[in-house]
Amino acid sequence: KASGVLSGRGHKTWPGPQSLSSGVHQVHNLQELRRSASLATKVFIQRDYSDGTICQFQTKFPPELDSRIERQLFEETVKTLNGFYAEAEKIGGSSYLEGCLACATAYFIFLCMETHYEKVLKKISRYIQEQNEKIFAPRGLLLTDPVERGMRVIEISIYEDRCSSGSSSSGSSSGSGSSSGGGGGAGAR
Amino acid sequence: MSVMVVRKKVTRKWEKLPGRNTFCCDGRVMMARQKGIFYLTLFLILGTCTLFFAFECRYLAVQQSPAIPVFAAMLFLFSMATLLRASFSDPGVIPRALPDEAAFIEMEIEATNGAVPQGQRPPPRIKNSQINNQIVKLKYCYTCKIFRPPRASHCSICDNCVERFDHHCPWVGNCVGKRNYRYFYLFILSLSLLTIYVFAFNIVYVALKSLKIGFLETLKETPGTVLEVLICFFTLWSVVGLTGFHTFLVALNQTTNEDIKGSWTGKNRVQNPYSHGNIVKNCCEVLCGPLPPSVLDRRGILPLEESGSRPPSTQETSSSLLPQSPAPTEHLNSNEMPDDSSTPEEMPPPEPPEPPQEAAEAEK
Repeated sequence: KASGVLSGRGHKTWPGPQSLSSGVHQVHNLQELRRSASLATKVFIQRDYSDGTICQFQTKFPPELDSRIERQLFEETVKTLNGFYAEAEKIGGSSYLEGCLACATAYFIFLCMETHYEKVLKKISRYIQEQNEKIFAPRGLLLTDPVERGMRVIEISIYEDRCSSGSSSSGSSSGSGSSSGGGGGAGAR
Repeated sequence: MSVMVVRKKVTRKWEKLPGRNTFCCDGRVMMARQKGIFYLTLFLILGTCTLFFAFECRYLAVQQSPAIPVFAAMLFLFSMATLLRASFSDPGVIPRALPDEAAFIEMEIEATNGAVPQGQRPPPRIKNSQINNQIVKLKYCYTCKIFRPPRASHCSICDNCVERFDHHCPWVGNCVGKRNYRYFYLFILSLSLLTIYVFAFNIVYVALKSLKIGFLETLKETPGTVLEVLICFFTLWSVVGLTGFHTFLVALNQTTNEDIKGSWTGKNRVQNPYSHGNIVKNCCEVLCGPLPPSVLDRRGILPLEESGSRPPSTQETSSSLLPQSPAPTEHLNSNEMPDDSSTPEEMPPPEPPEPPQEAAEAEK
């Protein structure tokens, strides 16, 4: 059983997350995804300003992803992200407390303490990495954290793989970069 | 996996950021290019307070109460801290679009407007957005190649789009935007209080001492008093007025930019969709709301291009980190299309004395 093979939908096989053990290897795997596959196109999910200037992204399903990912999975991801951002920007008792405490210390407290917003951004980047491994990378997609794009867009990179066979892909997940490149070249049809 | 200490210098992202900002302390400090007036602000505050602590406070602490210099010191430290925060922090600069994103937006615009024949000027690019049931127009920034979020504006002095752009303040040496507006407001508020305090106690000092040794003798003994009173007098008129104006803006959740352009006033204009309708709520949101961190990542390390170099050990960054747009020689002076309406989009530069009151303040 090749890791990450999806049943009968015509999806390509991608190195699955099961072969990964720790964070470093996960990063390696996504890097190798990029090396073994070629970037076909990028889709940008824009901001949704209907509720004001708070950070929300449009949940409208882009047509380019139609053949790649199920609509609900995509919408769920975007809605969860929106929920995280709403939590970060929530105006309420705890944010007032943080603001007033910081003001009382002439904002020196920000030199040693992390703000609530920063904590939530870290949660978001962990969530995005998790989603990339579990859902997006097996489908040849890659989400970029909006924070790296100035909170303007969610960038989704769509990859076309060069190697079509699952064995060469799973071989590349543990091997070095050069062998995956060679395997990919040989395996391409 | 840790990065080995390499002898050659790492390049940090701030060194390659477009826009006309100056960076200090290896990217930790971010300011505008012209800092002369900021140094003047620092000099005036430090100079006046030094004179006050050196002369008047020594007399008043002994004759009246030691609490006098203590309060003055607290006000002084608070206003310096907020001034430095306002000057040195990222006001909320929106990074420019990377080439892929810019191309994607261009495609969308062409799809909406249709291809423009060669030689004709394309129409100004505007996207309508509904915010709280009011139509707000989002404008396209030609320099940054993005549709600006609502309330954002492009500062022509710093050549950056800034979120919730208020104005560019030369006294502070930086733009005032979403991330540093509260520091700016608290700075002018505490400076007003400090000015009133110093002014009042100078008068008290002169009055008390004159009773003993006469008015002219007092002035001869501490000539600094005259200087302080003059500086405080002129500061009072400008800074206190400015604080009042900004208190009004905070209560209505408006920015200076919107107020000057009259975005929310007038019969056929939309009402301010960002105001909560409640003064307390507006103040709380603007001054004590959550503070978004900077998205510029000034101190991130750029991956080196040479093959022998190590990749950064920080989290993985995408293939192209920075906009490879050409040097901003195009559209430098007008970020809107030339056939746009006559009202300037950006804040006028600080030199002309008219609308931007902040820039035109007669200093202390």
